[in-house]
Amino acid sequence: MIYSDKVMDHFANPRNVGTLPDADGVGKVGNPVCGDMMSFYIKVKDDKLADIKFQTFGCGAAIAVSSMVSEMAMGKTLAEAMAITNENVAEELGGLPKNKMHCSNLGADALHKAIEDYGRKSAPVAAGGPAAPTAAEHDDHDEECACPYCDGPVEGLEDVCACNHCEIELVECPSCGDYTNKAGETCVSCGAKTPA
Amino acid sequence: MKRVYLDRIAATPLHPDVFAAMLPFLKESFGNPQSLHRDGQAVLEATEEARERVAALIGASAPEIVFTASGSEANNLALKGLALASRVKGTHLVVSAVEHPSVLNAVKSLEKLGFSATVVPVDREGLVDPAAVAKALTPKTTIVSVMLANSEVGAIEPVAEIASLCKGRNVLVHTDAVAAAGSLPIDVRELGVDALSLAGDSFFGPKGAAALFLRKGTRVLPLIDGGVQEGGRRGGTENVAGIVGLGRAAEIARAELAGRGARAAALRDRLIDGILGTYSHVVLTGPRSRRLPHHASFCIRFVEGEALLLSLDMKGIAVSSGSACSSKSLKASHVLLAMGLDHALAQGSLVFSLLADTTAEDIDYVIASLGPIIDRLRAMSPTYTEFLKESLP
Repeated sequence: MIYSDKVMDHFANPRNVGTLPDADGVGKVGNPVCGDMMSFYIKVKDDKLADIKFQTFGCGAAIAVSSMVSEMAMGKTLAEAMAITNENVAEELGGLPKNKMHCSNLGADALHKAIEDYGRKSAPVAAGGPAAPTAAEHDDHDEECACPYCDGPVEGLEDVCACNHCEIELVECPSCGDYTNKAGETCVSCGAKTPA
Repeated sequence: MKRVYLDRIAATPLHPDVFAAMLPFLKESFGNPQSLHRDGQAVLEATEEARERVAALIGASAPEIVFTASGSEANNLALKGLALASRVKGTHLVVSAVEHPSVLNAVKSLEKLGFSATVVPVDREGLVDPAAVAKALTPKTTIVSVMLANSEVGAIEPVAEIASLCKGRNVLVHTDAVAAAGSLPIDVRELGVDALSLAGDSFFGPKGAAALFLRKGTRVLPLIDGGVQEGGRRGGTENVAGIVGLGRAAEIARAELAGRGARAAALRDRLIDGILGTYSHVVLTGPRSRRLPHHASFCIRFVEGEALLLSLDMKGIAVSSGSACSSKSLKASHVLLAMGLDHALAQGSLVFSLLADTTAEDIDYVIASLGPIIDRLRAMSPTYTEFLKESLP
């Protein structure tokens, strides 16, 4: 088997699947292009994660990682949950195949994004309220630098760069600004024609 | 638990008669076919009989058959061996976008050696337009390679039309028939090809035994230099048991081809109609009728192929997927992308390929098992949730 028993258990019986319509924070990562998309929903009470739900489009590892992250973070303080790393998750799952390690990155990232989202929403609005937008800008920048196929880091921020993981040459889409495959005819994010 | 193996494109079980034919060559008949003594000559007789049988399967003559260790090796020998041998005439190749990696990567290696290549696109069904191939020919073109049938989407390519358009253009036409041989009737003269690859493990023969047909008089540079084995076209002591098994499998396939094909096609249609008729947001990949008789492939929206594959495996059903997540390289199937499918849809790829003994009960079990799996995965899919939200009035 390519996966450990623990991964298969979380894949077959994922914990905390679903959405929270009245979530205090939502975190979404990934892109169907790379195969994995995760949405995390959190309820926060007394600085602790009172409830966590997730939805995942992805492979066995992606589903198991989401489930494990939700289980590890449940009831933890926000600081403790922010300290969960990709390595912790993979370790708790009894290891992941090397080419699936990026799935474990996505799980923790999605949870952390949901907590950051909660932080923005609950932050007291200062005069003029510049604090929240700054955080949002920072987030956008992060997204801009991620590979649309695997959400991994992108090397080189010139006109053309490449994803370390997928080894795909990426260019910025002139229409939406997201990275897309240089060899592709259309942008993977917005569908616009890319320059030849 | 009940096992339903529908992954013929990955491996086929050894036919019992093939196994029986191979056994003596793993035991007492150990001689080297190149030896002049009786121990060697008895084995030579067996490998040459196998050559006759493989040739008969595709309407070739025995000396035109070169045994190789895999379909990939046969494709490499065809692409590199023919391109290098005709280098003085030209350095341009034409291949289709949906070829097996052993063809596409052989072309990439040749490009590093100074060759150039045109990759001809396919339509939405995965079919190559023969006119597009003809248009890609240049005075420097020496090799055209288009597969006979595609293992990922089942499409049967118009190879005879392509070969006929290439006639008189001074190019060699190769076809990768690994997915087709033993399933489709093949006659190399009618196809008009100069080279054709096939592999025993796709029609109930052993792994490690395959062949390249090279039309008489076709010059090839060997990939493996050695002795006089395979007429000097491939060095190395013969894989005797494998070759004998391949020959026996070819003989059985030739005799049973028509019956197998009709039976498989009926079950294939039952599977296609069943899945498309039962489940929503599912598309057939590849042509509806111009496809391999044992092949049914789909993309299931809002879910991912590896998750589908693992879930089916838990139900005892073995299939393939062309999704990015189910590949080692984490890249979506180049075939599905070449057909113009969007990445998200290609992620839901499932490929069913039927064996000779697959039954209608097996097919019905697969159709019924798929429902709860799709429902479960869609229920946890953010893209499906979004779709449902958007489709609300």
